[in-house]
Amino acid sequence: METEAAKLIAAGLAVAPLLGAAVGLGVLFSGIVNSMARNPSMSGELRAIAFLYFALVEATGLFGLVVAFLILFAF
Amino acid sequence: MEFIQFGKKTPMKIKINKYLKKPMYNIMFFICSVFNIILIPNYLFASGSAMHSPIEQFVVKTILEIKDPFFGFDISFTNASLFMVLASIVPLTILGFGVRAAETVPGKLQAISEMIFEFVENLLLENTGDSGRPYFSFIFTLFLLVLFGNLLGMLPYSYTFTSQIIITFFMAIVIFLSVTIIGIARHGFGFLSLFLPSGTPLVLQPLLFVIELISYCIRPISLSVRLFANMLAGHTLLKVFGGLAVMLIGSGSVFLAPVAVLPIAAIIGMTALEVLVAVLQAYVFTVLTCIYLNDALNLHH
Repeated sequence: METEAAKLIAAGLAVAPLLGAAVGLGVLFSGIVNSMARNPSMSGELRAIAFLYFALVEATGLFGLVVAFLILFAF
Repeated sequence: MEFIQFGKKTPMKIKINKYLKKPMYNIMFFICSVFNIILIPNYLFASGSAMHSPIEQFVVKTILEIKDPFFGFDISFTNASLFMVLASIVPLTILGFGVRAAETVPGKLQAISEMIFEFVENLLLENTGDSGRPYFSFIFTLFLLVLFGNLLGMLPYSYTFTSQIIITFFMAIVIFLSVTIIGIARHGFGFLSLFLPSGTPLVLQPLLFVIELISYCIRPISLSVRLFANMLAGHTLLKVFGGLAVMLIGSGSVFLAPVAVLPIAAIIGMTALEVLVAVLQAYVFTVLTCIYLNDALNLHH
């Protein structure tokens, strides 16, 4: 019973990295919007870069989610 | 082994036809998927009685049971294998039909196939330069397989094989090993200079070498976990919201049932996001493969 509770708490704690991913995405897109406003002629290239880095940043948060799933279902 | 080579001015029709005539990598993945070689340690989520949980969609179900007569491995044809076969057949069919009636003014299928082809070609050439041309058919196959695996997984009642870590890890380890072998074959011991950025002070060199080596060896893990985690998280999220809507409607309360509109609206939005992520992850997977390939091909910039 106690290990079950500990498991759930640990899984909850393990998704905390998603907070960092959220902050990272905010920083990323604020930078992209800033540079698009400064130089609108670059916006096509910038959008491609933004999507690439969106996927890279998002993945770091999802690593935490995978750990949570491991704690819940693998042990 | 013969590589496909073409210059910049070759017409698109000839390029795609050449690719279709040498479906070596597709056949390789096809064999792997049919014989389930990379799914031997499957049944990851199959244990336990978690029926109708959001995880249930990832259970590997056996369609046709086959036992390997030599070693006794389980090489059954599963739903994951079925969708891998589909993901290798569907793009080849689209390309084949698109090229068969090739005209100067492209029809829908021809436009799609030329667009995908040109997109991947530009992607490879931008990242690796001309030295990456021989590896085009591998990159193209990889992109098609991951893209159609992700997109087919978005259909209701289908199976997303990219949400199995063993499949993405298999792909990533193949990429990692082949890139390393290409690098060593090209540069010999000079390949080790990849781990030593130029202009490092002598004192820092051993430390930096170790750090770079670790970050190089961690590449297949990060490459595979990125794709797997995105697909797993997205599909789980969709099912969690779906379950919430079902629970609200099934509660029978006059006040709670109308609230089910909210999760259903969220599902619509998230499905759009998931389609975006499916395409994006295929793109990122391919771009990172190209970047790794570039590291091995062009050591000094």
